[in-house]
Formats: sequence, structure tokens, C-alpha cells
Amino acid sequence: MTGEEIRQVVLDILERIAPDEDLSGLDDAMAFREQMELDSMDFLDIVMELRKAYRIQIPEDEYEHLTTMATTVAYLEPRLKDVPVAG
Amino acid sequence: MKYDTVIIGAGMSGLSAGVRLAYFEKSVCILERHTTIGGLNSFYRLRDRNYDVGLHAITNYAEPGTKAGPLSKLLRQLRMRWEDFDLRPQLQSKVAFPGCVLNFTNDFNCLLNGIAEAFPKQIDGFCRLLEKINEHDALDLNRKSVSARKVLSEHISDPVLIDMLFCPLMFYGSATPRDMDFSQFVIMFKSIFYEGFGRPFDGIRRILKQLVRHFKSLGGHLKLRAGVQEIVQRNGQANSVILDDGTEIEAKNVLSSAGAAETMRMVDPTQPVSRPSPGNISFVESISVLDCEPSDLGHNETIVFFNDADKFHYERPNAPVDLRSGIICSPNNFDYSRPLEDGRVRITALADPEYWISLSEEDYQLRKMEWNDRIIEVAMNHIPDFRGHVLDTDVFTPRTIRRFTGHDNGCVYGAPRKFVDGQTSVDNLYLCGTDQGFLGIVGAMLSGITIANRYLLK
Repeated sequence: MTGEEIRQVVLDILERIAPDEDLSGLDDAMAFREQMELDSMDFLDIVMELRKAYRIQIPEDEYEHLTTMATTVAYLEPRLKDVPVAG
Repeated sequence: MKYDTVIIGAGMSGLSAGVRLAYFEKSVCILERHTTIGGLNSFYRLRDRNYDVGLHAITNYAEPGTKAGPLSKLLRQLRMRWEDFDLRPQLQSKVAFPGCVLNFTNDFNCLLNGIAEAFPKQIDGFCRLLEKINEHDALDLNRKSVSARKVLSEHISDPVLIDMLFCPLMFYGSATPRDMDFSQFVIMFKSIFYEGFGRPFDGIRRILKQLVRHFKSLGGHLKLRAGVQEIVQRNGQANSVILDDGTEIEAKNVLSSAGAAETMRMVDPTQPVSRPSPGNISFVESISVLDCEPSDLGHNETIVFFNDADKFHYERPNAPVDLRSGIICSPNNFDYSRPLEDGRVRITALADPEYWISLSEEDYQLRKMEWNDRIIEVAMNHIPDFRGHVLDTDVFTPRTIRRFTGHDNGCVYGAPRKFVDGQTSVDNLYLCGTDQGFLGIVGAMLSGITIANRYLLK
């Protein structure tokens, strides 16, 4: 997947976790938590949705990389570069 | 096959836990002794009419699209939509004590203004109590127990106002008599006074059926008429469960909503002494089907919490039913777009479980009808006389509740001691539901979710 595809995957996950949020104006450089009502339960679900869809294991001490859209994509890009978008 | 998790009980908490686990591809099987789902909050059909049992309303109401709060959190966690629950808000409820009435709606200002008017000297203290409630983290699983009466008495000096605040919160969720743990008080206060009541047009069956459909679509297994007789453990590890018919089902984890005492009895029936004690707060409910809407008779409240005595007594009564106080609910009085099929009045009062459970079958039927009439009689202080409009009647008692929930004493809100972290003396056996301690329908669902997230999704 390219960075742009990964971004879409993360957006889809956010959409699924928080369907009442308007994500159209999401600022990639700003923390998710500052733009959305995301608590720790929701945050854990981002990790779990990624694991479910792409079998990627994210250790707890690396969750800090998932703060903004930009850092999330940067973190996932090398890990998902050979993985196709899930249907 | 060996399941990742076997869940005991297909009530709100078990089904919600099941949805979480199945969604994240855990193999999960829910076992329900009864022929239908729901447990404490369920539904049935009698003489061609649909009935609900359990809580009168869903607490923690929020408008569809609300981003924060327990209901929104719950829907997000279950990956369900607001339409799935189809909740309609209450119209107006009240707490009615001798000489004093406090109205409340899903807009908290209604209660706040009512207290300012009826208890002008108490309003400052009440506002300080609100600050205390707002800053309290009631969902902290490692919390210590504090008396809610003690906290309230530090802010409010009028015992009538204290009792009036306690009345709905205790009736709708206290496993302990007379007092509550402050965290429980905060959970109930927010769920009832801040957030308020709602109900699906079709009643509780709507939510239960959506949960089951969702659970099954995710690959979860549900077995009805599958009561668990024994939880088999070796060296402090649960390995399997044995059903009433002798079938053994293997599991890596067991999650039980059967109650703490009831669950530990499945682990070891021979050691009753070390088991936690079940609660004994239970209720009798009179359900009347009317040929008209309650509002046609001038009754517009959704729920009336009444107390006709000098003091409010929330405890197991010395009589079969405590006629001094009760709850009157009309499921018709929610903000629907069309009327329900028929008029309903549910009147609920505290009852002595022992009395109702020990009656002979013949005596039981007689006493049920006798006390039904007496409950309705006392409720006449708070609702226009509807007795000429009754088409059908049903009554449930602690005996009914025990039969459908399997809880000792037919206790409604579980054991006085809660197991908030969901752990038991067996490593991979966990508790959810009333004895874990999040109350109400939304609380029950969050209970299942929280324990599933914490231990079973690893």
C-alpha cells in the first residue's frame, strides 16, 4: 500500500469507530484526540482494527506513533508496503 | 471445538461481550439456560400481547449523533448505529413525596430549577454536590467504596431532599439497602438525571434482537436451553463447562453473567461458606393493559417514583410487598411518532423474596392477584383510577425473576458486593453483568464490553 492508501484505510477505521464524527476536515498534523471525541477504548480499537484487517501487531509501547494521521501513516508505511489493500 | 471464550447468560452484558469478541474474530459461544434471550431485561408474549420485563426505561439517553457519553461509547464499541436502538426520549417524570414533588426530564435544568424552588436553602449545597459528582471518576475499576449518604449529608442538610434524590437512583439500581456506594450513586445520578430515559418503540426486544442478529452475523454461536451446571477447573484454570444435559464445552476463558455467588457455585458446589452472598433486593410488578392511553385519563408522566411515608425505606420489606413506595411507569408516555398498540401501566414495589419463593403454587397464584390489587390501590395517589379500563393483567414477583435470571432470591441488582474488576478466584473465569457493577441497561452492556476488552481480546 502507498501512503495515500494507508491514509484511506485509517480514515475508514476512524469512520467505523466513530461514525458520528465529520472526518472531511481532518488535519493530518493535529492529534486525533484534539479533533475527535476519542477515548482510550476507541484508541485501542484503531490498533485492533488494523490487526484484524492487516494482521499487523502493534506493541503497546509503540502506540505513541499513532497520535496524528501523519505519524500514523509514517509508522505504518514501511510495515504495510508489501501488503495489498484489503477488499 | 475449543472456544476462545464461553459466555454464560444471553442477557445485555453477555450479548455485548459476545459482539466485541466475535467482531475481533474470537470464537465465542453464549450459553443461555432459558428458552429466550434477555435474562433480567427480556420480553414475552402472553394471550396475544407483547410484554417487557426488567427496567422500565433505558437510562443514559442521548440524542442520536451525540459524540460523548455512555450510550455513544456503547454504540461505537458494538459498531452499531443509533437506528439499531431506535430510542425515543421520555416526556416527563417525577419524584413524589408527601407534600413535595420534583419533576425531571432529559433536560437537567428541569430538576435543577425544581430543587431551587422547592428547597431554596439547599440549592447551593446541591450545586456543590454536582461539582463533586462531575469530578468523580466512577468508572475507575480500582476504586474504594465510600458511603453516598455520607457524601450527600456533607452538602445537603434536608433529609427529605436527600431521600428524594436517592429514591429513583436506588429503585433503578441499588443492590444495597438504605445506602449506595458513592461511585454507584454517581453512575446512577448521571444516567438518570443528567442523561435521562428513553425507550425503543418496540420495547426492549428491539435492542436484544439487534444484538443477537449482530452477534450471529459476526460468526458468534448462541445456544438456548443450555444451562451451565458446572465450570470445570484444574489447578485454578477453567477448562470447560458442563451443561445441564451433560454436554461438555471446552473454552480457554469463561465469562459469566450469572452472578458472583451463582457462578462460584458452578465452580465448586461443595463450599458454600466461601461464596460471596447474593443480594435480596427484589420487586413485585403489576402490569395492566388498558383499553386507552394513560394520557387519555390524564396521566402524562413517563415514570413516577413515589414514597408516601415520612421516610423513604429502600430495603427488603417485612411484608410481602412494601406498599409505602413504588414506581409507576407508562411505556406509552415516550415521545413516539405514533401510539403504541395498547395502554400500559407498570407498577413496581419492593418485595420480600423469601415470602414469594416459599409459597405453594396454588397460594402463589392467589397472593399474586391479591397483592396486585393492593399495589394498584396505593398507586391511585399518583395516577388517575384506570381500573375500569383494564383489558388484561400480569404480575411478576421475585419468584418469576429467579426463574428467568437464575439469580438467588430473585434479586434484581445482584450482590451487595460488586466485583468491579471482573476477576474471580479462578484465573480465566471472569464476571460481567449486575455483579460486576455497571448498572442499568446501558451499564450492563458496558459491563460486558469492558470485561471483554480488558481480559478477552488479548
